[in-house]
Formats: sequence, C-alpha cells, structure tokens
Amino acid sequence: MAAVSNQAPGQLDQNFGGDALTLKPESYMSMVWRRFRRHKLAMAGLCFLLLMYLVAVFAPYIATQSYRHTDPPNRLQAPSQEHWMGTDNIGRDLFSRVIWGSRISLSVGFVAAGVAVLLGTVIGALAGYFGGAIDNILMRFTEIVMSFPTFFLLITIVSIVERSIFNIMLVIGLTSWPGLARMVRGQFLSLREQEFVLAARALGASNARIIFRHILPNAMAPVIVSATLRIGGAILTESGLSFLGLGVQEPFPSWGNIINTGRTFLRQAPWITAFPGIFIFLTVLSFNYVGDGLRDALDPRLKD
Amino acid sequence: MLNYVIRRLLQIIPLLIGISIINFTIMHLAPGDPVLLLTERNAPPEEVARIRALYGLDDPIYVQYFRWLKQILKGDFGRSFVDGRPVVDHIMDRLPYTLYLNFVVMIIIYALAIPIGNISALRQYSLFDHVVTFFAFLGQALPSFWFALLLIYAVGIKSDWLPITGVATIGVSLKRHGLWTVLVDRAKHLILPVTVVSLGSMAGITRYMRSSMLEVIRQDYIRTARAKGLPEKVVIRKHALRNALLPIVTLVGMELPILFSGSVIIETIFSWPGLGLLSIRAVFQRDYQIVMALNMIGALLMVAGNFLSDILYVLVDPRIKYS
Repeated sequence: MAAVSNQAPGQLDQNFGGDALTLKPESYMSMVWRRFRRHKLAMAGLCFLLLMYLVAVFAPYIATQSYRHTDPPNRLQAPSQEHWMGTDNIGRDLFSRVIWGSRISLSVGFVAAGVAVLLGTVIGALAGYFGGAIDNILMRFTEIVMSFPTFFLLITIVSIVERSIFNIMLVIGLTSWPGLARMVRGQFLSLREQEFVLAARALGASNARIIFRHILPNAMAPVIVSATLRIGGAILTESGLSFLGLGVQEPFPSWGNIINTGRTFLRQAPWITAFPGIFIFLTVLSFNYVGDGLRDALDPRLKD
Repeated sequence: MLNYVIRRLLQIIPLLIGISIINFTIMHLAPGDPVLLLTERNAPPEEVARIRALYGLDDPIYVQYFRWLKQILKGDFGRSFVDGRPVVDHIMDRLPYTLYLNFVVMIIIYALAIPIGNISALRQYSLFDHVVTFFAFLGQALPSFWFALLLIYAVGIKSDWLPITGVATIGVSLKRHGLWTVLVDRAKHLILPVTVVSLGSMAGITRYMRSSMLEVIRQDYIRTARAKGLPEKVVIRKHALRNALLPIVTLVGMELPILFSGSVIIETIFSWPGLGLLSIRAVFQRDYQIVMALNMIGALLMVAGNFLSDILYVLVDPRIKYS
C-alpha cells in the first residue's frame, strides 16, 4: 500500500522535513484511514470482511465436518444443535460446507478481480501513456471485448474450457477488465501532461519507470476503489455461474453451487438455499460499502 | 450532423470485424468435431471425409471464416447441431417472450427510478434519500437467483398466491375463458420475474438520475431562474428536470441490447421460454451454432445501442458539438 502516496505533496514533505518550523504533516495513509473511519457502514463492512477472511483461513478448524463427509440417513435435516444450518440432500453438514465454501468463493472473487485489475491497468496505462497507434489498437480491442454480452460470453467460454476453480477465476477476470482499462487510460491521458512527468523525463527516466513509479501511483485511487467493487462483483458472478452448474463443480462447495442444490429441494429444505445466500449477500454488500467508503476517503476534492 | 453520423458508422466497421473474428475463433476452439454430430455413430471414414468436404471443413481456416461471414451478412446463422432447425427459427421462437418480459421491466424501472432519483436529489441527505441509497446498495448486492428463490418459497410454495413458472397457465385461452381471465393470468405470471429483474437494475438508474439531478441544480441557470422569482415548482419542472433527464434519454440507447438479451439466470429459475433459456440449453447441449449466433447478435445490438445513444446525446443536447 506504500505505493499509494500523493506524489507531489510527498516530495514536499521530504524537502521540508528537516525544517523545525513546519508542523509534521499528516501522512496520506493516515488521512485516508481517518476519513474512511467516519463512514460507519464501510467500517461495518470492513469488519465483516475481516471476519470472513479469518473464517476462510481457519475453515478446517471452524467447520465441524469435512465438506465431503456424507451421511445419507440424516439427509435434509432442519437446522439443529448438531447441524447448525441443517444438512443437504446427501446428509452433508451445511454449516461445514458454507464455511469451506467461503474459502472458494472469496478466493475466486479475489483472484478474478486481481486478473481484471492487472489486465485493465496494464492495457489502460500503455494506451494512455503512449497514445497514437498503440492507444488506437488497444482501445479498439477493449471496445470489441466490451461489445460482447458479458455474462453470456462467460457461459460460452466456461462451456468450452474445463471447469476447474482456477479456470473459473481466470475466465471471470478475462471478461471483466475493459471498464477498468478505459478508466486507467483516462487517468494516464491527463497525468502524462503534468509537470512531474516532464521532470522525470528530463532526468532521463525510462518509459517503464515513468509509467509504474511516477504516473501509476497517482492514478491508484480510482483503481483501488474499482478493485474493491470488482471483488464483490466477481463473487456475485461466480455464485451465478455456480448456481447454473457452470462454475465451481461438486464436491467442492461454493456458495453458488450449494444454492444450486438447494433449488432442487426448496420445498423440503429451504435452509440449503437460505444460508449460503445470506453469506453472498452480506459479503458483496460489505465490499460495495468498503468501496464506497474508499471512494470518499481517497477523493481529494471532498473536504474534511 | 450527417458528417458525424457517417464517421461514427465508419468507426463501427473495424469493430464489427473484430467481433466476428473473436466469435469465430471461440467457435473453433470449442471441443467436439461437428462432423461427428452430423454423421452416424459408426460411419465409415470415407463417409466422414465426404461430409467434411461437403461442409467445407477441409478448407483453410480463413476460407471458412469468410464463408461464415458471408452467411451471417445474409442473415443466415446456420442450423442447430441438435435438431437441424435453422438457428434463426429457434431465435424467433424465443425472442417474443424475452421482449415481452424486458419491455414490462423497462417501463417499470424507468417509471419508478426517475421520480425516486429525482426526489432523492431534491431532498439530498433527507431520511428519504438515505433510505433510497440504502435500498440501492441492497439491490446491487442481492444475488438475483437467491432473491428469486426466496420469493418463490414465500409466495409460491408456502402460500399459493402466485404461479412460479412459465408465461401463462396451460389451457387458459382466449376462446374458453375470455380476455379478462387471460390478462389476469398473464399478469400473475409476470409479477415474480418482473420484481426480481427490476429490483436488480433499478438501483443503478436511480443513482444515475439522482446524481444527474444533483449536478443540474447546482448550475448557474437554476440560480438565475430562482433569482428572477420563478416559483420553485417551475424551476424544478421546467428548468432542472428537463436537463437532468438528458443523460437518462441516452441510456435508452443502451436499453436496446438489454431488451433483446434474455437474463439467463432469471429465465432459468422461472422457466421463462425466452432467449436466456435458449442460450443455457444450447450451452449445455454444446449447440455451438446457437451459442455463437446469440453472442454475435448480442454484440451487434450492443454496438448499435452505443451508436444510438451517441446520436441521441447529440440530438437532445444542443450544447454538445458533434465535431
């Protein structure tokens, strides 16, 4: 996160750091944190997400059973002391599956968003920085990808490739970068004309150095916001795919494919549908609120 | 203006070529030899070779691409691998249902989102605004399939209020039951899917309307209108609202692809026989001709929608210069 520094003021701080007369200015990160804390719903979301990530990391210790442990005589049991969320159609403990599912759903969201952010940032940065023919080619390509109906393109590709968890992550990432690329390009277009870029160039910095060390840190704020929202979006997309049977495959549990099972037994065992959905809903809601909080906290135009 | 339209049209050509190339490439990456679907299971190799030659599958890939492109330009999307019917017939069977559902949804969304976003902006930070913002967040995070299943459980299974699948009750017809019964039956079938789809997409448009209105009421001409003593109602209705609606009008262009593309998840859950259900069946049956046709048409409509919304933007807003 150290990369997220406001370049120009940061440099000033260093220059005047030794001056005893100037007050030590608040660091950028602590200012962002102070502003973020005021957004109560974003803080609540952040707490919930930290909790969920702890659950995902310690899933083996929290789950009471293995996610593939079946117990057919005890199928479709309602929630009870023994099975907090009941059991599914082959007697698997739902609580354990939801806990293990958090691991898969959260990592799919994280990696898919990571792929999208990486691709979007690199393509947008190259297009915006170099302009001309490179910009033209990259942006036409972006437009082409954007033109396809996203979810439909997604189910087309997952119907062709093997539906491993890794491929699901990759495909979601590969279909969701264009919006971000456009945004980063816009940032680069305006930033590359600024004086600190000219100064860096005059000092003989290479293109790569200017792009990644000078311009990118200044364009990071909207990228971070968008990345946060995108993790929530990717979790929602994965759950939709898995719900259709085109995402994470049994016996691996993801929140979406548990609901796929739940749908068949909605009449007899509504809890199979209800519980994983609550987790999807709260997780995505938390990411959206954290993204909203970050947007306010990182926006230099909003005053304290 | 004409110049602008022509230039935008010229920009679309390379875009369409790119879309068709990607579409064709995906089709060719698909596993499974189409010839095996077309021949008998134990067909002798000579027979397979004959069919391969007949469909031109021996030709170099670029020859195949151009032949496919030529067909598409004539509006011929080939035949379904599964039942041999023309893909266009399959699509035309399903399209009316998707249009019907999405049209109702669109009317409801705009009829609600515009006034709600408007009031939300005029009373910024009021209780109403906070509640609306809260619900917008809920709507955006709600997994539509989960919400749909909860609704089905609550009003379809626990109580018998509403039908949960299909477009109409089988056997209810105009001749036997009269117009009123048919209308009520159809409307009842619409309620659940329309509720789910609307709730998901309303959040975005409400927020859009809100920020558009907020932007407008900060403008100088609104202050001028107030300063010259116009009643607040007139200022809002005649001066602010009209301008705030401009960006919304251009959204209508973007509705074009949405109107035609069925929602895969919603149509699956409610057994709504539209394009979404067609596409998911085609995906599961590996009926790539249908899958590719839907992808291609979807992309074309998206390009057309973009074009339309650009043109609308210039038409409705005289401040924008089409240079």
